[in-house]
Amino acid sequence: MTDIQIWTFVFVILTFGIYITIAWRSRVKETKDFYVASQDVPAFANGAAVAADWMSAASFIGMAGLIAFLGSDGSVYLMGWTGGFVLLALLLAPYLRKWGKYTVPEFVGDRYSEGVRVVAAITAILVSFTYVVGQMNGGGIVFSRFLNLNLTWGVIVAAAIIFIYTVLGGMKGITYTQVAQYTVLIIAYLIPAVAVAQQTTGLPIPQISYGQILAELDALGREFGLHAFSEAFVGRDGGQLDVFLVTASLMLGTAGLPHVIIRFYTTKTVRGARYSVFWALFFISLLYLTAPAVGAFTKLNLLQGVQGASADELPSWIDTWGQTGLVQVADGVDTIETVSNNAASGADLIVNNDILVLASPEIGGLPAPIIGLMAAGGMAAAMSTAAGLLLVISSAASHDLFFRVFRRNSGASEKEQMLVGRLAMAGAIVVAIIAGVNPPAFVAQVVAFAFGLAAATFFPAIILGIFWKRANGPGATSGMLAGLLFTGGYMIYTLEIFGTGANDHIFGISPEGIGAIGAVVNAAVTIVVSNLTAPPSRHVQEMVEEIRYPQSRQEVGTGS
Amino acid sequence: MADAPHESTSGGVTDQDDWRKRYWKKNLRLMVSLLAVWFVVSYGFGILLIEPLNTIEILGFPLGLWFAQQGSIITFVILILIYALRMDRIDDEFGVSERGEDGERR
Repeated sequence: MTDIQIWTFVFVILTFGIYITIAWRSRVKETKDFYVASQDVPAFANGAAVAADWMSAASFIGMAGLIAFLGSDGSVYLMGWTGGFVLLALLLAPYLRKWGKYTVPEFVGDRYSEGVRVVAAITAILVSFTYVVGQMNGGGIVFSRFLNLNLTWGVIVAAAIIFIYTVLGGMKGITYTQVAQYTVLIIAYLIPAVAVAQQTTGLPIPQISYGQILAELDALGREFGLHAFSEAFVGRDGGQLDVFLVTASLMLGTAGLPHVIIRFYTTKTVRGARYSVFWALFFISLLYLTAPAVGAFTKLNLLQGVQGASADELPSWIDTWGQTGLVQVADGVDTIETVSNNAASGADLIVNNDILVLASPEIGGLPAPIIGLMAAGGMAAAMSTAAGLLLVISSAASHDLFFRVFRRNSGASEKEQMLVGRLAMAGAIVVAIIAGVNPPAFVAQVVAFAFGLAAATFFPAIILGIFWKRANGPGATSGMLAGLLFTGGYMIYTLEIFGTGANDHIFGISPEGIGAIGAVVNAAVTIVVSNLTAPPSRHVQEMVEEIRYPQSRQEVGTGS
Repeated sequence: MADAPHESTSGGVTDQDDWRKRYWKKNLRLMVSLLAVWFVVSYGFGILLIEPLNTIEILGFPLGLWFAQQGSIITFVILILIYALRMDRIDDEFGVSERGEDGERR
């Protein structure tokens, strides 16, 4: 066994031990604990949990690699996946917390109608499911590379650990394991980044020092047939319009994703929800501000490493990662003259986006313990997000569908609810394993589609539900369906899924960007249909009025 | 002691509606101004104006690129903090902040 493998085992076993200990200590007996952690989580801890929940395998493993090859246009992910938190903080979190239910479908169910609740529950399951596939696959990649397990076993081991602590601890177990996972993943991300920055520029603050290498990186990139890192609108085919729309889709999707929104139900107060969003984005920004630096430094090291080297004197990481099939050197190449992340490009060296972060310590020549730490960090990112998503899937399936729709009149006992919640969780994990072994596309891309769907369905329904008293059930139902059909339809039209051929992008709009237009379609349909049908009941309108105020008005300072 | 107007015992509906309207208006005004900054920094500087801004270079960063990859994110964090702090003040002003039995924030 190599040094790297020993260190990886040490870190992975150590961190898994921590997660399981936490899960055991916070195991739960009641539904309120299971779904919303007794609404007793401090803002700071909730922020860290949101951050871990939020930063997926795609953020940790895929994003810096994507940015390395996209260059300037990689900002769609950086701005898109952070800007949505401003919308969450200002438009959603405080009001949804005041409404105070367990799930997002429950909110729209109370606000609009049971029919909307069913549509929302099914959409929540679909959206979370596309997202969880990426996590499972990301976890599998980490395992297969670092521990020499094959991908299938990697996915199964990761799922088994998640299974233990989600089924035991529900939201409470998930929240506190996520705090631990955030700590692991941010340390794992920052240490190699700081080390590489120090090594390359002498300034150990990667977020600032990557500016110094941009000129060199642009020049070197061009030699290998890549576009310049710092040039705008050359990384994506759609240009400025597409960059705008993809950013908007990711932002609206962020604010509409049920597994993120659900976190703000776990705080003590409305005020706690506001500060939770702040802490969440603060913790997230530590990684997001570092990611473009990691991308730039790793790309520079990679290109310098292969520059002018003959086929048998290539850096050793190419060989080790070559075994996973994620790095390929074309046959019969003397020296590497072209580099690409696209397998179809026919370049001499093809590097998959997903390995750039995981291999960055090796590419930068850092010692074995750091590489092992990277593996533990990647696992933490994948597992924390998967656990949050699985909770959404199981709560939507049990709390919103099973008990409301199928067992409507038979008042289920607490014990029965917990059992169904846990069974739904177990079922979700099994399906996730199967899909995780055979994922549809690149990790980050799979996730990007989930955002488009969330943007086009949940976001307008929730926003209008909070800010417009006139929005009603028929309006929201038709709006969400229109958004879903429009966005899903365009995705199917432009992608090769379900055996259909891929068509050209209309006006250069990519399937990741269509969600922003889907959101507008949804809002327009909701407004028109709501105005044509009867307004919501007086009771509902009063509820909408009440969520505007954190607490009923008190005389300040009387203390009673 | 109280720095917020006391709720009148005899005021009835109109007084109630009045503070509610003023509270909501203040909230909306804060929200709109923060969202304006949010839009200008991310979509404005980071996307629509990125090319002209890229002609200015600071510490090796073309300015547009810096806004798209660093500046916008830093701004987002600050905007949310400002919102949380300002809403605390507004809640106190209108006596709707969440306090426990002892009058302390919960």
